[in-house]
Amino acid sequence: MAKTIMTVDDSTSVRQLVGFTLREAGYEVIEAVDGRDALRRMKGPIHLVVTDINMPGMDGIELVKSIRATPEYKYTPVVMLTTESLESKKQEGKAAGATAWIVKPFTPEQLLGVLKKVLG
Amino acid sequence: MIDRQKEAYREEAAELLAELEVSLLELEQRPDDTELIGRVFRVLHTIKGSGAMFGFDDIASFTHDLETAFDEVREGRVAATPELVGITLSARDHIQALLRASAGGEAVEPEAGQRILERLRRVIPVPEPSTEPAAAAGPEPVEGKPEQPTSYRVRFEPEADILLTGTNPILLLKEMESMGDYSVIAHLERIPELEEFDCERCYAYWDVVLTTAMGENSLRDVFIFVEDRAKIDIRTVSRASLEEHRRLGELLVERGDIGAEELDRVLDGIPRIGEALIDAGLVTADKVHAAVLEQQHLDAVREKRKKAEAAATLRVPAAKLDTLMNIVGELVTVQARLSGYTVTCGDAEIGFIAEEVERLTEMLRENTMSIRMLPIGETFNRFKRLVRDLSSELGKKVDLVTEGNETELDKGVIEQLNDPLVHLIRNSIDHGIEPPEARRAAGKHETGTIQLSACHAGAHVLIRISDDGAGLNRDAIRARAIERGLISADAALSESQIDGLIFAPGFSTAERVTEVSGRGVGMDVVQRSMDALRATLTVASTTGQGTSIALKIPLTLAIIDGLLVEAGGDYFVLPLSNILECIELVRESQSEAARRSLVTVRDELVPYIVLRDRFAITGEPPRIEQVIIADTHDGKCGFVVDRVIGDHHTVVKKLGSLYRHIDEVSGATILGDGTVALILDPDKLSASVLREAVQ
Repeated sequence: MAKTIMTVDDSTSVRQLVGFTLREAGYEVIEAVDGRDALRRMKGPIHLVVTDINMPGMDGIELVKSIRATPEYKYTPVVMLTTESLESKKQEGKAAGATAWIVKPFTPEQLLGVLKKVLG
Repeated sequence: MIDRQKEAYREEAAELLAELEVSLLELEQRPDDTELIGRVFRVLHTIKGSGAMFGFDDIASFTHDLETAFDEVREGRVAATPELVGITLSARDHIQALLRASAGGEAVEPEAGQRILERLRRVIPVPEPSTEPAAAAGPEPVEGKPEQPTSYRVRFEPEADILLTGTNPILLLKEMESMGDYSVIAHLERIPELEEFDCERCYAYWDVVLTTAMGENSLRDVFIFVEDRAKIDIRTVSRASLEEHRRLGELLVERGDIGAEELDRVLDGIPRIGEALIDAGLVTADKVHAAVLEQQHLDAVREKRKKAEAAATLRVPAAKLDTLMNIVGELVTVQARLSGYTVTCGDAEIGFIAEEVERLTEMLRENTMSIRMLPIGETFNRFKRLVRDLSSELGKKVDLVTEGNETELDKGVIEQLNDPLVHLIRNSIDHGIEPPEARRAAGKHETGTIQLSACHAGAHVLIRISDDGAGLNRDAIRARAIERGLISADAALSESQIDGLIFAPGFSTAERVTEVSGRGVGMDVVQRSMDALRATLTVASTTGQGTSIALKIPLTLAIIDGLLVEAGGDYFVLPLSNILECIELVRESQSEAARRSLVTVRDELVPYIVLRDRFAITGEPPRIEQVIIADTHDGKCGFVVDRVIGDHHTVVKKLGSLYRHIDEVSGATILGDGTVALILDPDKLSASVLREAVQ
């Protein structure tokens, strides 16, 4: 069965790009606009989460912490989208339990490369 | 696609700029409101980040300094003075101008932006833009620099809590495996006794010997995300090791596991070095094992080099492979029987042997399947001629571009793909690509392009046939479907539903019957062959820009992973690829919903089909039944059975011709004890029940 990936970003255009790239590659995609929305939508099998760091409501760091505290999704890989200006945030994300990170801007190929790495 | 993305960004940026303006004006009133400051920062951050993603580099670099400035404000190092707000407002206007310019509006003079940034720097000492290149954006694509194959020894010691970051260490090992010749040994001495064992921790660490031509940087890239959560030691194995056989002791010294003097001391008059070292307590058995492994690995690589000149491939008649596959199929069946017997007889010794047999059978099965895999490129290449002949016949100019030629698929699947692909390509040339004049008039290049691509996606292969022609004529499709009675005149259909109609039986939109693709058989032939392959078909079309048809095909047909279930003493297999979950059902406790055959799964009503009813199985069902929730073409559907037995490697056997017309059953398999189990097709089963319900 196709693997399901959740993409969390408050930016519609980025969410669209990520969603489009993943669907093209044969993944099922669930979209969420921020951390809180993501947690609400987390039902059933989710094999990976791609999340932005800076979001209103609940940000990416809080989201990772919540995911790691949910028994069902404790081991779900989380890929963070960062910008180079947020080095400290990246460290925070790692400490919170992020699996991998991608620096914006990235190409669809880079995204798929990282997914392949953490998802097999 | 990219244009649509850019448009999406422009719309989004316009909204964000509006939000920015409002927030800034409020900020002027309440300069200490941290929430407002956060909002301004986030808007700038999104404009910048997304801008860079979609090629709006001017906007991204201009916004960068503003973002940095507001980061300072957010950190409380600088105040949000009215002056700063004023500058940011004019910056906002500048971004808007840049956006308009990018959409074909009036060009913006670059000095205007510079002036704003200079003003900003006077208010806030923005740190000089860092000249450092951006940090690695994940693994860079490896440059195709041919390197001499080098052997590395890698020790990978993940921290015990690495699993809690969502990292699966096995995947990293697999990634190395894909890079070249690979040997691995796991060190297990840290695994505690069962009472102290915590299954959330990773106790093992690994030694890998890898011979690869991809270079050390690619090897280091494997660990890019775990660098600070694991001890990673990568060393080059000396060239000498590759030239000649190395003695075990030398390797242990070179690996740093033991000193040369200690070795000499132990070496005195002892026949087997490895055992002696272990006895002397100088190294653990695993360490010696790892070194032996390295020794063997290097020997093997050396051997391989020698053999490389000799021909490495063998031509074998396809029939022999089919026979082999059949035998493996039988073996899988027998092995299942053995495993089944082991459970009942309770003899531990036999259990041990059965597990070994199971492991070997699995390896044999995978290996045999991989032998049957062929690259699809050969099939793709055959279409070049077809495209050439057909396009000249129709007076059109068409180029065929292929991609992913190396993608491998089961031989049987490739054979069955040929005809549908011919049909789809013919259709693209005939109906999709316009004649040269029409293309010129539409501002396209005279020569149309048909792209044929293949790639792996999980347990499937995606094959896509796309053209840059006129796209599907939805009005014509709709009119034809109504005319043919496929849909009612007032049916409200989405675009994709209309597109899907071209695969409906008896459909053909050609206004005239052409030699090429209008022989009365429509695209439903394609749909039927896809069903036979358990593949799915999807169409995407943009008027004026072309049509893309995607085929999602399972990797192999001969053996599938299934779920074995039982109802009234009869056995059935459901393909595991469709199954979502299994739940219990107590029908007597159901009331209203039961009569409508619906069950509630996670707040969602799912219809179910009772196999006992469907297949007229008599007898009393157990009080607690099981519902297998599966994903079908018609959405989720449950299948009620008495009992779920478990995973089953299902060797698919075709049914005799007498039973071919039964759509709901896609085949049969023989269980370990000789019983026959029918393989159900969840899509067909739910569709047929649905059809009957409608009637």
